[in-house]
Amino acid sequence: MELTAQIGGSVTDGLAYLGSLASLSSRAAYFTFVAPFRGKPLRFRQAVSQAMQAGVRALPILSLITFFIGLILALQSAYELRKFGAITFVANAVAISMTRELGPLITAIVVIGRSGSAFAAEIGTMRVTEEIDALETMAIHPVDFLVAPKFLAMVVMLPCLTIWANSMGILGGALFGVTRAGFFFSRYAHASLDALFLRDIVTGLIKSVVFGITIAAVGCHEGLSTGTGPEEVGRRTTRAVVVSIFLVILVDLVFTALFFFIGGG
Amino acid sequence: MEPRVDSSLQHEAMISLRNLRVNYGEREILHGLSFEVVRGETLVILGGSGSGKSTLLRALVGLERPSSGEIWVKGKNLAVVSDAEMNEIRKRIGMSFQGGALFGSMTVGENVALPLREHTKLEEPTIEIIVRLKLDQVGLAGFETYLPSQLSGGMRKRAAVARAMAMDPEILFFDEPSAGLDPIIAAGVDELILELKKAFHMTIVVVTHELASAFLIADRMVLIDKGNIVAIGSKEEMRSSTHPRVRQFLDRIAESEVLEEADYLQMLTEDHPRKRNSMTKRGGA
Repeated sequence: MELTAQIGGSVTDGLAYLGSLASLSSRAAYFTFVAPFRGKPLRFRQAVSQAMQAGVRALPILSLITFFIGLILALQSAYELRKFGAITFVANAVAISMTRELGPLITAIVVIGRSGSAFAAEIGTMRVTEEIDALETMAIHPVDFLVAPKFLAMVVMLPCLTIWANSMGILGGALFGVTRAGFFFSRYAHASLDALFLRDIVTGLIKSVVFGITIAAVGCHEGLSTGTGPEEVGRRTTRAVVVSIFLVILVDLVFTALFFFIGGG
Repeated sequence: MEPRVDSSLQHEAMISLRNLRVNYGEREILHGLSFEVVRGETLVILGGSGSGKSTLLRALVGLERPSSGEIWVKGKNLAVVSDAEMNEIRKRIGMSFQGGALFGSMTVGENVALPLREHTKLEEPTIEIIVRLKLDQVGLAGFETYLPSQLSGGMRKRAAVARAMAMDPEILFFDEPSAGLDPIIAAGVDELILELKKAFHMTIVVVTHELASAFLIADRMVLIDKGNIVAIGSKEEMRSSTHPRVRQFLDRIAESEVLEEADYLQMLTEDHPRKRNSMTKRGGA
């Protein structure tokens, strides 16, 4: 009985958490998409600065990581394909697994490490130093002022970063293709493009938008729920990273399954 | 015990509390407070750590919703107002937080300009003039482009006051204005509060545990202990009060000195001896 009660308790806690994320996301969406039409201008400048920080500054590390991932994918698939004399299919394997799965996922994980944690730490510190309270006493909604620009930045930047990550992954695969599988670079590029359907790219991008919402929601939610004391900021930041990674994988599973069943793959 | 009701009040009440109770979860922090703040006066809320004075201040600016009772500010009961009405009230009040709570990523000037940019349609040059004026009023002229991290503790507090005054509020709230400042800088902040009162006839509510500061700036004082009002009155009334809890606070007598031997033993052996209200009945000085 004890165990059942515990499982039930965790399930309700989990659902309540998802509920608060959904409520935060919908308020952020209101301030991003609805409020501008009601005379409250969008905080475009903040959103651009967030997009710079979360997106553009992530490019070097993301490029490096996805280039390596592409190379690893090529090596791993070549190991098996070689047995069938089908080493030229390395291009297909890399292109498809990058665009459908690893591009969006690796991008999300890099962004969680760089920005999801930063959101929680920034907002959490503001909570501790009473800056959030100060916003409220100045009649400025913290979700409008702090969360909405981060949401907008995430929703726009994650797909952009994902496209970049896909290309870098394919480039990493090409390094193997050109040096070890007898491809010319242009032929490898063609083979990659031929292997891809628009659907592969689009499903990856749809996932990346949802990942962006998830990362922003968890980071901001953890920051806003920070209690008192500096040690609480550290705890919330760690939690933001762990919960974001888990939820991104969960969202990935749900959407992949959805695409599989409704799109036949 | 019943707080003394000040019958001499004939002026307009800016804030009026009626049987205010505030809970944090299950725990009741404020046990039914009633008093008024009159237009143009400086009311100091005194109390020790954990007395509930900070919670009271948070309730007065709408950061905590009462669990029961009423807080009337400018004709609106904060216990039941909508978010939109609350925001309208908040535009008419200013709050200076304990640590300043300036936004670290913005310059001092941008901090002061923020409420103006958010809530008014003023042109940018006008806002710049107002910002300079407000910073000049708190003695920080020329510091517009500094980041809060480049200012000393006292200057940060002054900047926070300038931001709180940006919208020309009718009521100004201070949370522990002298906390964390050395005595000379703290005296400077007290001086600033007195100047504001003199120059703008503002209604000012200050929460503090600093006696010297309280007696310097207050018109009236409220002493809060364990979520109840112990005493309310003018400086003179407070000084001449014979109430043991007031004497204990004003004469800075440590808690254990007030206890008799038997009670002290009981305090050591019992779980929650301090919850008993017998403590306040005993003579201290």
